[in-house]
Amino acid sequence: MITTVERVAPSTRRGVELLLLLVAIAIVLLAWVSVDLTRTGAVPAQIVPVGGGLLFLAVVVHVVLRWRAAYADPLLLPLTTCLNGLGLVMIHRLDLARNKLGADGDAYRQLIWTALAVALAVAVLVVLRDHRILRRFTYVSMAAGFALLLLPLVPLLGQTVNGSQIWIRVGPLSFQPGELAKIALAIFFAGYLVQTRDVLSLAGRRILFFTFPRGRDLGPILVAWLLAVLILVFEKDLGSALLFFGLFVAMLYVATERVSWIAIGLVLFGLAVAFALSTFSHFQTRVDLWLDPFSPTSLRRSDQLANGLWGMAAGGLTGTGLGQGRPWLTSFAESDFIFASLGEELGLFGTVAILVLYLLFVERGVRTAIGVRDGFGKLLAIGLTFSVAFQVFIVIGGVTRVIPLTGLTTPFMSLGGSALLANWIIMTLLLRISDQARRPMAETPAAAPQSAAPGAAEATQVVRLP
Amino acid sequence: MNTPIRRLSVVMAALFTALLVAATSVQFFQARTLAGMAANKRTLLDSYARERGSIFVAGQPIAKSVPVNDQYSWLRTYPGGRLYSQITGFYAYAVGNPYGLERAADGLLSGSSDTLFVRRVTDLITGRKTSGASLDLTIDPRAQQAADQALGASRGAVVALDPRTGAILAMVSHPQYDPNALSSHNLGEAAAAWQALSTDPTQPYFNRAIGGNLYPPGSTFKVVTAAAALENGLVKDGSSVLPGPATLDLPLTTATLPTENRQPCGPGDKTTLVHALEISCNTAFGSLGLQLGGEKLRAQAAKFGFGDTLDVPMRVSPSSVPADLNPPQAAQAAIGQFEVRTTPLQMAMVAAGVANQGRVMKPYLIEQVRSANLDVITSAPQPQELSQAVSPRTADILRKMMVSVVDNGSGVRARIPGVAVAGKTGTAQHQPGRPPHAWFISFAPADNPTVAVAVVVENGGVTGSEVGGGRIAAPIARAVMEAVIRR
Repeated sequence: MITTVERVAPSTRRGVELLLLLVAIAIVLLAWVSVDLTRTGAVPAQIVPVGGGLLFLAVVVHVVLRWRAAYADPLLLPLTTCLNGLGLVMIHRLDLARNKLGADGDAYRQLIWTALAVALAVAVLVVLRDHRILRRFTYVSMAAGFALLLLPLVPLLGQTVNGSQIWIRVGPLSFQPGELAKIALAIFFAGYLVQTRDVLSLAGRRILFFTFPRGRDLGPILVAWLLAVLILVFEKDLGSALLFFGLFVAMLYVATERVSWIAIGLVLFGLAVAFALSTFSHFQTRVDLWLDPFSPTSLRRSDQLANGLWGMAAGGLTGTGLGQGRPWLTSFAESDFIFASLGEELGLFGTVAILVLYLLFVERGVRTAIGVRDGFGKLLAIGLTFSVAFQVFIVIGGVTRVIPLTGLTTPFMSLGGSALLANWIIMTLLLRISDQARRPMAETPAAAPQSAAPGAAEATQVVRLP
Repeated sequence: MNTPIRRLSVVMAALFTALLVAATSVQFFQARTLAGMAANKRTLLDSYARERGSIFVAGQPIAKSVPVNDQYSWLRTYPGGRLYSQITGFYAYAVGNPYGLERAADGLLSGSSDTLFVRRVTDLITGRKTSGASLDLTIDPRAQQAADQALGASRGAVVALDPRTGAILAMVSHPQYDPNALSSHNLGEAAAAWQALSTDPTQPYFNRAIGGNLYPPGSTFKVVTAAAALENGLVKDGSSVLPGPATLDLPLTTATLPTENRQPCGPGDKTTLVHALEISCNTAFGSLGLQLGGEKLRAQAAKFGFGDTLDVPMRVSPSSVPADLNPPQAAQAAIGQFEVRTTPLQMAMVAAGVANQGRVMKPYLIEQVRSANLDVITSAPQPQELSQAVSPRTADILRKMMVSVVDNGSGVRARIPGVAVAGKTGTAQHQPGRPPHAWFISFAPADNPTVAVAVVVENGGVTGSEVGGGRIAAPIARAVMEAVIRR
């Protein structure tokens, strides 16, 4: 089997990537022109420099991929470009509605952040030649992740926005450190779990249908839980707490293959949420708004959710057309509710298309996790992928009233620099891992000796004895 | 580790499925419900961004949208002003919910009605902005003017119908208001105008002709009682003899029912049906009520339209005769008291039914619907019969008796030289210590009726006196009938 793969030189598929990249940029530019033609009656004046700039950024990443990760997944970059671009177009469209033009516009800032994110992605691709190097930073990542998460609680630094204390402000810059913590924690969980997975998965007592872990092995999940509770209680951020705890439980399950961990995780999280609901009116309000966003009492408290739903309903099947709806009526139309804004102007067809873009992104992530040969890579890839998928679910699920609304950014689309940087890094790490996954064995000289490293290769797992 | 990764990917697929289902639900299945919510600003703004259809009376607009250069694009104006305020109602951003015809015909005026579906599709294909349909009303502007002027400063309402078709020729309700103040785009002023209007104790925003607080019909209801008596064979014709004592003993109770002037209605406490109607003899009709019983009275009223929910297209409050009346209550109901409640439109339908050989026609206000470029979409509706309230023979007897009321009885002030007028007065007590409401229902010309009118003047009008419908309401009805006949 393996020898056959080695013989046939697999295609790098970079050509496909370039083609899709051009399509993605064409979609974005078309959307932009469409917005400006409707709103101002003219093709945007900066179409050549900005459009060219976007094309340049995308092609730079493409070229670096050819050079440094030739076998990387060909869909991730075009998908990211398309989502990021559509987000930019919607932010620009809202700028026009609010008369924030040129350098005053949110789109201008977001464009600079996009350029920074791309630069960072290129840097990561160039510096990080092999994702397995990250395993050396398991505990550094842990420290960094915890520090980033708890940073908003530092007096003077932290800022409370809309009841949640998840921002820090240094001088003129504000930053949501939780977004970067997501990556650090995924690296830590992957590194830690690949080491301890045997103990966590094999030792235990069998009760009914589940094998429950020994008491002393409960340590890690309790620590993760405690962290989530800290975020919940002190930062009042249900979304982040849910995301981190969900990420940990998912990765724990993948590492150990034991459903009992999920059961334990759900029970623990349920307890924490029940406690939060009974203690903090902030959460109770959100649940009330979720249950009935249209009652007069709810509308007096916050008409945000109702407005988002009305916006999406106004879009209907085909949408009002870009530039022809009223997405600005919804507060946070450019960040948490950007999905509703796009839904209003692009309709159900548009929202389904955007969800499919995310779904494809996730599918490529899962494929990468399955394809990569080392356990750390698998855990990291699935962890990063799950974090994106789960975040999409938490924020869009909140907007479409599947779950109560919690403040999280829509990956790649929301206005906000920290989230954009973090998500581009996630995408880059997936590119890096997918390069390893698809690269033929013989062509990676470092791979053969390193695969003997403890716990690295999938194949070694089978021969171990309980 | 691949097995749990695959399982986890199924979980993620499920999460995405939930999102796809939710998006479809919000944007497709619930879209109409959500768009229809009163608090939804988008729908409101949408409807303001569209050109709304005009409302015409005899070719003149009484409501139309004019283009303006602000965020709402179109300003709704009411050239008809106060005179037509209760018909048009208003369509005002500052208020939110439209009123009157603006509400009842919103689908047509805004262009969202199902009857305009084909046009909307062509608009979508050709890229033309959808605009609403315009309405031509059945109102006769001279009758409307006459009713308004005759009613003057009094509170009350006037309705005129064409008895042959049911077309509404006049619909006036006093006090009136200025809808232009409400539809103004100066939202502060508009909100203040709405505040003033909605808290006005005289409730000008009620269209008293078809709703609001329903009136007791008083003696005008005796026409219905007479119809029931004739139809049920209790009396043969106008010359049938009835008891007409000064007071009528009511069974089951110690109460009695007196005549208005506490005198017998005729020699030997006897009277005829026609004389009883002429002088509005309470005891004669009370005894008819006792003989008929509540149910037969109620059934006859229902044939004239009591209890029906009508849309003209504004919703008309159903008039009512209470069920399960005991004999004394039936006697009271027979003279239009005891919780019998009605609208002026309903009483106009009673008059129109008698005028039209017993056939009550369904009242309507919209003559035809036209598209924005004035093509007729739906033309004048075929007159619809609501019911055959009484036989042509009974109708004929009633007509003659009502002519006699105007010629010899309480309705002399409704006389029009050279035209036979049929009518019936009413003076309805509604609250102890307050002057009664003055009523008059009539139609003319009696031999070939073209107009039927109902007038109610609250609390006896500006005079505030105890004088009846014959003094106050009859001249108003006459003015309206004249305006229709002498054109």
